[in-house]
Amino acid sequence: MSKRKMFFKMITASLMRRRSRMLVALLAIAVGGTILSGLITIYRDVPRQMGAQMRNYGANMIFVPGEADTKLSLELIDKAVSFIDPGNLIGVTPYRYETVRIHEQPVMVAATNFEGARATSPYWLIEGEWPSAKDEILVGQNIADTLGLKVGTTTAVVYTDAEDDSNTPNFGIDMKVSGILETGGSEEEYVYMSLEDMADLTGESADIERTGESGRIDLAELSISASGDVLSSYIEKIETNVPEVSPRLVKRVTASETAVLTKLQSLVLLVTIVVLLLTMICVATTMNAVVTERRKEIGLRKALGASDNSIVAEFMGEGLLLGLIGGILGVILGFAFAQYVSREVFSSSISFPALLVPVTIIVSILVTGLACYFPVRSATEVDPALVLKGE
Amino acid sequence: MSLLELHGISKIYGDLKALDNINFNIDNGEWVAIMGPSGSGKSTMMNIIGCMDKPTLGQVLLDGKDISKLTKKELTEIRRDKIGLIFQQFHLVNYLTAVENVMVAQYYHSIPDEQEALEALERVGLKERAYHLPSQLSGGEQQRVCIARALINHPEIVLADEPTGNLDEANENIVLDIFQQLHKEGTTLIVVTHDPEVGDVAQRVITLEHGKITRDALNESFGK
Ligand SMILES: Nc1ncnc2c1ncn2[C@@H]1O[C@H](COP(=O)(O)OP(=O)(O)OP(=O)(O)O)[C@@H](O)[C@H]1O
Ligand SMILES: [Mg+2]
Repeated sequence: MSKRKMFFKMITASLMRRRSRMLVALLAIAVGGTILSGLITIYRDVPRQMGAQMRNYGANMIFVPGEADTKLSLELIDKAVSFIDPGNLIGVTPYRYETVRIHEQPVMVAATNFEGARATSPYWLIEGEWPSAKDEILVGQNIADTLGLKVGTTTAVVYTDAEDDSNTPNFGIDMKVSGILETGGSEEEYVYMSLEDMADLTGESADIERTGESGRIDLAELSISASGDVLSSYIEKIETNVPEVSPRLVKRVTASETAVLTKLQSLVLLVTIVVLLLTMICVATTMNAVVTERRKEIGLRKALGASDNSIVAEFMGEGLLLGLIGGILGVILGFAFAQYVSREVFSSSISFPALLVPVTIIVSILVTGLACYFPVRSATEVDPALVLKGE
Repeated sequence: MSLLELHGISKIYGDLKALDNINFNIDNGEWVAIMGPSGSGKSTMMNIIGCMDKPTLGQVLLDGKDISKLTKKELTEIRRDKIGLIFQQFHLVNYLTAVENVMVAQYYHSIPDEQEALEALERVGLKERAYHLPSQLSGGEQQRVCIARALINHPEIVLADEPTGNLDEANENIVLDIFQQLHKEGTTLIVVTHDPEVGDVAQRVITLEHGKITRDALNESFGK
């Protein structure tokens, strides 16, 4: 048997046959590795996780016409949106504003795409249903109160062309109130209908069909799950490539988002560092106890002719092996831990950075090695004569 | 030239002279028992001969080489190469099997050889128990593993400190038989004991009292 084989036999035998002792040390290392890899995973993922949460509070970018006399269209919006990473895009909602009359009262209508509105404004509270069929409208709470509209009511919506000074109604279409919108904000001052119903109302449908171009769009709201820097890069690209569209950040939303994320991230980082320090102390104490307990064995090995270096090598070999196993356990448990936290707190799954696997294992080995080194060094001072004497 | 020569050896702890001007020679192949009451300095002397401790005064010549002035590291090398140690407590590495414990001595000395280690265990009658852990062996069996380990590197001197102190009659006899055999093969044996039966079988008995040699005589009944 070679010396190296005997070396491995001795250190593995020590780990395998002194299980209960080593289990404590292994546990300490594995917990350290778990905390390290788990918290770093969460730390890295906080912006993505929280960013997605933040997107519940509405759009963080809007598109307005680039120059005073240009008009937005669905085609221009699509062109601009193509510069945004589809993975980050949560929703795009075009809006066209017109004044109509209901019960002889002037009312602002926001024509939109309801699918987009649902994505960009998840906080909208609907009593009744979202409009799903032709000639169905969503009425803001305030308007509904003023005009006495209820879910299910059918009412005539009359379009008055602003440029038509005769002031006589051109068209009137009966529309059904499918839902009442509550937000507590200015959204309650509008009636919402689909872009198609609006085109019917203004009599543009035929033109649209003929030219294949959409009617006028006044504004588009976008909800994008990305940090301030990424959003700025999108804005730059759109400004240079689609000058007809002027993208703007909703500063109120993006600034507070960034502030919250930064604070949350530094909190997680702080916790990671504190916990890591604590586990390091724990591992060091455990290893110290393990080595101290074996002073007699060290004395015996010295009496048998072991040099200080070979004793250090054997104990460090054990420690490093323990660090390796603990590190591997830590990576696995850390991922499970991060996944659990992510599910419970953010209700989404988490991606585990591949680089963290070697990093956790190496850090575990280093910490364990360091924790073992000093007690082992001092243990080599053991006087072998004490072994002969007994206790 | 004797294998081992002690010249004016003293070991002083504070104002206690554990050993006080000890002089004797031991020749190659001798079987010496060192006897004396508790606290008379037997273990202290064994530690000095066994290269685990240095005398305060005097000279120890092993193979004509003065070992009393060597560094700890040099002492470790001599201990590893020339001396086989047997302790009163059966000091075994508790997580290694009997044969692995023997191989540890080979490992520090040269190269582990399982076959040779098994043969050493066979000599002390433990072949069947070679793959048992110390906790699965009786006291006598553990002491025999220690003896196998002490012999594995063919040491010039085998030092045993109370090798039978924790053994019953039957196991004591087994150990003494092994010593008998070692002596026939020409191994130099130094055995510390306060058991007269163990002293009686030795070739020569040195008696210590209060750190001084009070008697040093050949055993009349030796070999009979
Ligand atoms: N490290 C030490 N420091 C101080 N005094 C010591 C030390 N080692 C031994 N002594 C003392 O030296 C004397 C001799 O001790 P030693 O161990 O050699 O006795 P011994 O003959 O082996 O006794 P026993 O039969 O009980 O084993 C004792 O009085 C002991 O107290
Ligand atoms: Mg003693």
